[in-house]
Amino acid sequence: MQVHENNILEVSHLHVAAQDQMILKDVSFKVKRGTTLAIVGPNGAGKTVLFRALLNLVPYTGEIKWAENIRIGYVPQKLSVTDVPITVNEFLSFKNPVNVKKCLGMVGLDESVLHKALEVLSGGQLQRVLIAWAVIDEPNVLLFDEPTTGVDLDSEEAIYEMLNTLEKEHGITVLLISHDIHVIRDYSEHMLALKNGVICFAESEEITKPSVLHAIYGTGTALKRRKDRK
Amino acid sequence: MEVSVFSVVIGVFVGLSAGYLGSLMVLKRMALVGDALSHVALPGLALGILFNFNPFIGAFLFLFGSALVVWHIERVTRLSVETIVGAMFTLALAVGILIIPQPDLLEALFGDITKVTLTDAIVAVAVGLFAVLLTKMIYNKMILGMISEELASSSGINVARTNLVYLLLVSLVVAIGIKIAGSLLVGFLVIVPAATAKNVSSSLFRYALLSSVFGVISSVSGVLLSAYLELPSGPLVVLSGIALFLAAVLAKWFSSRRGQ
Repeated sequence: MQVHENNILEVSHLHVAAQDQMILKDVSFKVKRGTTLAIVGPNGAGKTVLFRALLNLVPYTGEIKWAENIRIGYVPQKLSVTDVPITVNEFLSFKNPVNVKKCLGMVGLDESVLHKALEVLSGGQLQRVLIAWAVIDEPNVLLFDEPTTGVDLDSEEAIYEMLNTLEKEHGITVLLISHDIHVIRDYSEHMLALKNGVICFAESEEITKPSVLHAIYGTGTALKRRKDRK
Repeated sequence: MEVSVFSVVIGVFVGLSAGYLGSLMVLKRMALVGDALSHVALPGLALGILFNFNPFIGAFLFLFGSALVVWHIERVTRLSVETIVGAMFTLALAVGILIIPQPDLLEALFGDITKVTLTDAIVAVAVGLFAVLLTKMIYNKMILGMISEELASSSGINVARTNLVYLLLVSLVVAIGIKIAGSLLVGFLVIVPAATAKNVSSSLFRYALLSSVFGVISSVSGVLLSAYLELPSGPLVVLSGIALFLAAVLAKWFSSRRGQ
């Protein structure tokens, strides 16, 4: 069965277990082409595991259907760059040596970073390099696992603006994991809230409702701090 | 003592391959595994000597088996690999020392370049080149796996299989290095040239190149000094390599002071 022509991804009755513990239970949702889906939930809710299942990196039951001829760009949550003497140019050339300069432009970096080691980059620069890695093969879908962890607020804002531009100008569908209400509300159309299974799959505006926040995080106080910073 | 061309050729290819493969071992933070792995060769060497077959084959078979065990432990246990490997390989060293004939013990532990033959040189060239070329093919995949296993897997890289190929290649290189450095000290050639290069490298290309060059310099200097001083080659390889390491540390120290 193929996915509906408007959709890029359809997930139904997804279950993922690890070490006899159910991490994702009966998760179902659909993602429309060219939209952004924010995945939210407390730590341990299975957000990263969901990404790993979508990338076919963990065993699962249920159905994950991608549209045909999909190219996925992925940026993981954690990288160990501190111990590896590797330049930005070498890193990006692993994947596609031809498109290195082009993708740097797409993420707003100039060519002077090419010969810098990954370990000396600022948090914001490193995230942009990772996004460049993800877009270098001109993907249709980007998966971002907390793309602004360890990044200051100004760089964070710039990164989300850039993701927004990628979505609008290149028609890329974005799935991102975030804890930030502001990001979820302003940069995504839909949100999928996880806590063992699906709590809600709705318009992103819903995230500002106290009842939804309470259902996801218990109190929601951890998020309120950043809610109205803009 | 006259320097044999064969021993210099072995020195070049052992140093080159150990330095290059070692550059990955050091980044994987498996330096102790590399060192301990080399000790496993001893029982294999002993069996070769006792039962009159080529000790290199015995050493390689033991190293090969151990590499498989290390790989399996790394995949399936939550225990520290280095703890298990350290205990297991010390046992191998103890058993090897007990069963190897006494006259051959020093040569097996510390290397001996006086008895190298044309066949030894051919084996070192073939195995060294094979290991370097194959490692070159998996080098970027290994690096990506170290930066992020998820990033590597999502790029279609089978990280576990790549690690296995790498460990088997390390076994091969350690086996050919025993002639020069001995089973007790050959692990040094996998670790220290790469550690030296890491002090003075900011790009992957430079790091891999310098690891290989420092491996060759350490190993060939050890061979030449061994012939000149008529002492076992293994300890002299170590001393040459350590001299380079200290020079690199000093160079880094001076350059960081100048930058202040």
